[in-house]
Amino acid sequence: CRAWLLAPTHAMSCARPQPAVGLLGGWGRSVASSFSRFANAWRPESRPQSCDWLHKRGPEPHPGVPAERSRGRRAALSFAAIAVLLGLPLWWKTTETYRAALPYGDIAALGRLPFQVAVSVSVVFLPGSVPADLPRRLPYGDVREERVPVSCKSPAVCTARPPRALLMDLSSSEADAALHALQDSPPGSLTVYVVPEASSLLPQGVNVYVGKHRSALVRAGQGLAILHARLQQLLQVVSLTASSIAAALSDRVPDGQLGPDAWRHLKSSLGYEITFSLLNPDPKSHDVDWDIEGAVNHYVQPVLDKLSLVANFSVDSQILYYAVLGVTPRFDKESSSFILSAHSLPHVINPVEARLGSSAASLYPVLNFLLYVPERSHSPLYIQDKDGAPVATNAFHSPRWGGIMIYNVEVPASPQTSLPLHVDVDMLRVMEVFLAQLRLLFGISREELPPEFLVESPGNEGLADWELDRLLWAHALENIATVSTTLTSLAQLLDQISNIVIKDDVASEVYRAVAAAQDAVAELAEGHLHSAFQASKEAVTSSERAFFDPSLLHLLYFPDDQKFAIYIPLFLPMAVPILLSLAKMLREARQNKKEPTKMD
Amino acid sequence: MRRGRFAPSGSAAERGNMAAAAPAARWASAAAAAALLLGCCGAVLAGGIQDQAEQFFKSGHTNNWAVLVCTSRFWFNYRHVANTLSVYRSVKRLGIPDSHIVLMLADDMACNPRNPKPATVFSHKNMELNVYGDDVEVDYRSYEVTVENFLRVLTGRIPPSTPRSKRLLSDDRSNILIYMTGHGGNGFLKFQDSEEITNVELADAFEQMWQKRRYNELLFIIDTCQGASMYERFYSPNIIALASSQVGEDSLSHQPDLGIGVHLMDRYTFYMLEFLEEVHPASQTNMNDLFQVCPKSLCVSTPGHRTDLFQRDPQNVLITDFFGSVRKVEITTETISLDRNLAGFESELPKDVLATEPLKYADQLPVAQIIHQKPKPKDWHPPGGFILGLWALIIMVFFKTYGIKHMKHIF
Repeated sequence: CRAWLLAPTHAMSCARPQPAVGLLGGWGRSVASSFSRFANAWRPESRPQSCDWLHKRGPEPHPGVPAERSRGRRAALSFAAIAVLLGLPLWWKTTETYRAALPYGDIAALGRLPFQVAVSVSVVFLPGSVPADLPRRLPYGDVREERVPVSCKSPAVCTARPPRALLMDLSSSEADAALHALQDSPPGSLTVYVVPEASSLLPQGVNVYVGKHRSALVRAGQGLAILHARLQQLLQVVSLTASSIAAALSDRVPDGQLGPDAWRHLKSSLGYEITFSLLNPDPKSHDVDWDIEGAVNHYVQPVLDKLSLVANFSVDSQILYYAVLGVTPRFDKESSSFILSAHSLPHVINPVEARLGSSAASLYPVLNFLLYVPERSHSPLYIQDKDGAPVATNAFHSPRWGGIMIYNVEVPASPQTSLPLHVDVDMLRVMEVFLAQLRLLFGISREELPPEFLVESPGNEGLADWELDRLLWAHALENIATVSTTLTSLAQLLDQISNIVIKDDVASEVYRAVAAAQDAVAELAEGHLHSAFQASKEAVTSSERAFFDPSLLHLLYFPDDQKFAIYIPLFLPMAVPILLSLAKMLREARQNKKEPTKMD
Repeated sequence: MRRGRFAPSGSAAERGNMAAAAPAARWASAAAAAALLLGCCGAVLAGGIQDQAEQFFKSGHTNNWAVLVCTSRFWFNYRHVANTLSVYRSVKRLGIPDSHIVLMLADDMACNPRNPKPATVFSHKNMELNVYGDDVEVDYRSYEVTVENFLRVLTGRIPPSTPRSKRLLSDDRSNILIYMTGHGGNGFLKFQDSEEITNVELADAFEQMWQKRRYNELLFIIDTCQGASMYERFYSPNIIALASSQVGEDSLSHQPDLGIGVHLMDRYTFYMLEFLEEVHPASQTNMNDLFQVCPKSLCVSTPGHRTDLFQRDPQNVLITDFFGSVRKVEITTETISLDRNLAGFESELPKDVLATEPLKYADQLPVAQIIHQKPKPKDWHPPGGFILGLWALIIMVFFKTYGIKHMKHIF
């Protein structure tokens, strides 16, 4: 009776005992035999006629029949084959970490991509201003390329392409606002109007006038060369420059080429929190009242509305009492005032910062603007710069953090006024400084202008259109660089660490990020700033979500010896009988080869 | 080794950065002396060198973060909590605010029932210094201190519901101080007596931080037995690592306090705390002093450090670059001009509409439903492994003993 552990190919008949071949060892054989006896007893129809072998208690006779042995060999081989061909791949597949497909090729291409930035500049010649030595008849287009080496791997090419220079008959409108009304310029572009040399549109001594919107007036020079030089200067001031590109792509620029600006400006983010704080260390002497809500609505909100293209802003305010600065100011006899010198300024912020309470609700970067009303015993308080001169604004700022302004209360004329003094803060003065600091924190600053430039002040709007364009260019470039760095490092990470699972939604975020980044690059090459910026924002959001997904944590670091320790108790008991039977077969085969005559 | 970043010296004059006053003063005096001797225009020379020296010594960071981890629980590991709290105290004293510190303590010693002086954690015997203080903010406490949470904090892969105080929101201009203490071995650090973090995992976590530019420079200090094994696998740039003992050595504890009954601090951190008490926010002590903080005569073990991954010379790295929070400041010289009389712009964003209907609580606990519930019929599951095994054993023993012929009497 065959042991019914093996799938019997023929019915259980009680023939000569044929215990299972080699697969089950000695112990197994006795179990098999007892089970076969059990099977025998269980099926009455298969009860043997002469089953005296049933009561024999010795070891089973060695199978001498070749057919049996070959059947046994086939059985062992089939076991081994199933284990290896079916079992091993099944185990491998089921213990693999799940990785949804990712577009590795696209990610690598994004990392290498030298992207083009196209800025369209139109030069409009007013009647009488066309230089004599113009090489071609108007209108014509000219492409000026500027190659900015970012890193050895990805050069960025900046193309300034004035598509048309045409002769237009304009009325004698003088205000830049009128020019703006005449021509609606899309974001990112610049229109330059060239006026005749003797024109009175530009004041004396000024050769270039940059307006609030995206237009500029340039005085025509003697020849084309001077005009080109002035246009070049203008573009340096108003539009993208090599240094701003390098600052935006600061991750990939080798250290030596970075200017100091690279880490001063706020990084591009989806939103910013602005907190205005009034610090009153001496409430017994000063009862300070500030109409922050009105000031925010009047002065800050227009600026934030203009910046709403760039990011979401939220504003809050607070008043802190008994908040003292970390530094004791020095008394200066000459001016009979208290002085904070420039080298003590870095230590001013720290004790206050702990009490500012950065917003617990959002994860956006926080910009703090502090207004400090000095104590009566330390009034008036002035800030001195490095050369010892008092600072006109009485304020200082810290890159990527915010700004502090010191507001001195006028000493009352009559010393008998009762304490506390009521102080109404002049919010205009305060907001002028705070908004200037806000511009500096964002990197919108009037850098050194060439002498004959006149730039119009943006007034209550806070920043000119072309300044907003510059910010958008910088942020768009930075976003694209961030996306490519994030995705390439994600791909590298997946290469290095084999235990990270990539779920389907993470993979779909990656696809979305890649598609949006490619969109953004294409739009930049066209010069569509607005859509490029939106696409880059989308790309950054998706890539951050994919990279920082909590499921990517590679907690499963298994050293190799731990892997052995886990699998050996599972596989060894199964593998040993198979291997032993195979070894036995090999030995028999070798024996047969040696003595073929014995098998008769 | 690449040099640190330089800023062009011409623009240094416009900024108010004066963090490195003392070396600049040394430079200036040396240059002035030379000028006097030579009779050249020494003032100009001194000014130029002073500016360059300032820029040269500076690191490019704008904010500071600290991640302080104590990994052991139980009362007899009091010293590990005291270690971490003393570093926390120094870091807060030198200026880093609580919002920029992630403090992970695996057990609560101050309010432990075995603490004879509740609400205190002392670092010196005779109870001289209470490092618990008045305003400790522990972000991860007790069972929340796990390897997974620690790695999540470092890499930023935190579930969206985590509050802001539990996150490490550093950027590419943050200098981060990471301090770990507990029981460790060759290549691992034990967390909570149940799991461990290996040096490979830590190195991978730092590499992920670097890939995402989550730090500018990193200072890693570890006070455990065989601590040097934890930093030998680092491969990301801009990391300085310090350990209290080499591979094969044990880090020893400092002194027991007979009133409290346990060892209060580990030696390395004890001497480091003494060193840090001398440091104030404007001091110019540099990393080389920190490397020397515990010689073998005091510490018994040999502290080690690793600076090959760091770009700047440790001589030029100030202690306050990592332990304090000295901000870079610039004087605001420009203002914009606003027009007071312009009518306020109406904000284009819609105002929130106030809800006018009264609010009421949702029915949170349907008590009536619960009381009158019928018991749910549970799904039948086949008997589990243990029961099956038990019965198989019983049957096998029975048949082995009595033989299989008894089967027919049963079935």
